[in-house]
Amino acid sequence: MSWRTIDRRTVAEEDLGPGLSTAAEDKIRAFLPRYPTKRAALLPALHIAQDAVGYVSLRAMRQIAELLELPPAAVMDVVSFYTHFWTHPKGRKTIVLCRSLTCELMGGGAVLAALEARLGIREHQTTPDGEYSLMTEECLAACEHAPCMLINEKLHKCVRVEDLDRILAEPANDKLDVARSNLFDAPTSDRRAP
Amino acid sequence: MPFERVLMKHVGVPNSTSLAVYQADGGYTGAARALRMKPDELVELVKQANLRGRGGAGFPAGLKWSFLPKDRKITYLCVNADESEPPTFCNRVLIDHDPHMLLEGILIAGYATRTTVAYIYLRGEFMEQFHVLQRALDEAYAAGYFGRNILGSGYDLECYIHRGAGAYICGEETGLIESLEGKRGWPRIKPPFPAVEGLFRQPTVVNNVETLACLPHLLTRGLEWWLGLGTANSKGPKMYCISGPVNRPGCYEAPLGITCRELIYGDDFGGGMRGGKKVKAVFPGGLSMGVLRGDLFPRAPAGTIDPRQDYDELDCVLDFDDVRKYDLLGLGTAAAVVVPEDADMRDVLVNVARFYALESCGQCTHCREGTTWMYKIAQRMRAGAGRLLDLDLLVEISQNMGMMPGMSICGLPDGAAWPVRTAVQKFRREFERRIAEQEPEAARRWTREVNRAAYELPVLQGRETTYVGGTFYQPP
Ligand SMILES: Cc1cc2nc3c(=O)[nH]c(=O)nc-3n(C[C@H](O)[C@H](O)[C@H](O)COP(=O)(O)O)c2cc1C
Ligand code: SF4
Repeated sequence: MSWRTIDRRTVAEEDLGPGLSTAAEDKIRAFLPRYPTKRAALLPALHIAQDAVGYVSLRAMRQIAELLELPPAAVMDVVSFYTHFWTHPKGRKTIVLCRSLTCELMGGGAVLAALEARLGIREHQTTPDGEYSLMTEECLAACEHAPCMLINEKLHKCVRVEDLDRILAEPANDKLDVARSNLFDAPTSDRRAP
Repeated sequence: MPFERVLMKHVGVPNSTSLAVYQADGGYTGAARALRMKPDELVELVKQANLRGRGGAGFPAGLKWSFLPKDRKITYLCVNADESEPPTFCNRVLIDHDPHMLLEGILIAGYATRTTVAYIYLRGEFMEQFHVLQRALDEAYAAGYFGRNILGSGYDLECYIHRGAGAYICGEETGLIESLEGKRGWPRIKPPFPAVEGLFRQPTVVNNVETLACLPHLLTRGLEWWLGLGTANSKGPKMYCISGPVNRPGCYEAPLGITCRELIYGDDFGGGMRGGKKVKAVFPGGLSMGVLRGDLFPRAPAGTIDPRQDYDELDCVLDFDDVRKYDLLGLGTAAAVVVPEDADMRDVLVNVARFYALESCGQCTHCREGTTWMYKIAQRMRAGAGRLLDLDLLVEISQNMGMMPGMSICGLPDGAAWPVRTAVQKFRREFERRIAEQEPEAARRWTREVNRAAYELPVLQGRETTYVGGTFYQPP
């Protein structure tokens, strides 16, 4: 949760990353009537951007700033505060492992070590094939099922080291099993981290 | 008479998230009754019921509502579903199994406070819960429980779900408001309190999910039923969470006022420790509320409570008052995590200190630096380079941050100070033993290696020190 400073004038066009499609922009516009100010739609907009682009790219930040009539710096200010948003490309699936007290007492540390060994990456890194990114988070509020692991949207409960092979081999290990509302799409999974 | 579950009555019922199942069991009759009353009568009822907030602070909901200015035009209701206090998960269980109970509570609270728009601030990691709740909301809209002229009463209420994005501090009420406005979740200086000037600078009520979910039952079952549950100052049912190495971790409903021992060992609750281990420590109300000693310690002589002695403290009654006798900050979220006898308290301390160091939003110096400092000290102790002086230093830091000494904007550093201070004070013998077991000279070597400024300056600055047996001594 710290600031990141970027001189906007010196960022090359190709470093701005992918932008939002018109469909994504329309989805963001649909949130505007909910709030008395445009700015309040910023968090939904960033969720939509991250799900569509894979991360919150500089170009997406600019587009959102324009949509919500904000300075781009205000958008980045918010993006840099929340741990959910990535400002650099991540893998198709993000593994979020809980590191809070219950999970740690129930063997979360061993799961993290096994995951790192299996994927060959450390926290906040992405596998070379662009499949998985790894991070840890504070309590995922499922402590009765500790240790817990979130893959994109799907929560895996009571994860043991022996289960990791099975979970990672499953192609739909990031899909929800409840019916979705269409306000937010599932994160796109056909993109590759460069 | 055995206690009948109300908040969790639909857990395990097939298809419990659908409106049809909820209505078949008397759903929304409480709201219908509320809409026939006057808003002020409702506020008065909730005041009489002494419904205390379940989100952590335990502030009476009715009283909070009565602080709203009388001549307001717009009122917002923010539902605090940013459940991030480890190891709390009762709001998640409620939303997973019974989203309509929450929505009915929102309707009742909204009517009582003459709310125009309600926002449910749902934490970002609740992906599944978002879709469950959103579909329930769509159903409720379609059935006319939200929108215009609800149930023919002429009352209009809009309700939206707002997703957070992974920040503990957005659970703090003003942090939540800032985050909803599309800013960093930086808590605001109070006063003005949200009831006067909150979301979009309008009067705002912030209530926890469980607080609101109690309202339908208060209306359908009545005040008498409600006041018959719980202890003197803590009324009503409560969802207790228990996690860690117990046989039946989970969320259990009981009238306020069960003891910690019951929660861990009771057959209706935790069901005892796995493998028959003993309890070394338990954080009974979420991490922020502090720690109790477990039954690894001898029982206190009957009738005495003295947190300064090394006695078993599991007889602490988990309501809003008794916890304070055991040097805890409050009831918190009544979510307990059990630390077994074979765990190392140094690891626990590192984990706890890290949480606050990483989640402090960084506005206030004492909070930002104090939490980080405590984390560094805890890490150093775990690495086998602790000093006896560190224990006093931790206590000193923890007493100099937070709202109580008046050093910060919000309550996060109080919540950080309490577990660290109580852990150091209540488990001091263990920490001292670990330090005595360290390799000699370890502390000195380590302090040279790591950032001297961070560790030495504030205590040892500019004074001659001698180093004996793991501790730095200063001449007076
Ligand atoms: C650092 C901090 C974090 C908090 N997190 C939460 C939370 O996650 N959920 C919650 O309901 N209340 C949380 N609270 C308490 C809220 O500030 C507020 O007291 C509560 O939402 C009021 O609702 P209630 O009166 O219904 O309990 C937090 C408070 C602090 C100081
Ligand atoms: S006390 Fe800590 S968390 Fe609260 S506003 Fe200040 S810096 Fe932020």
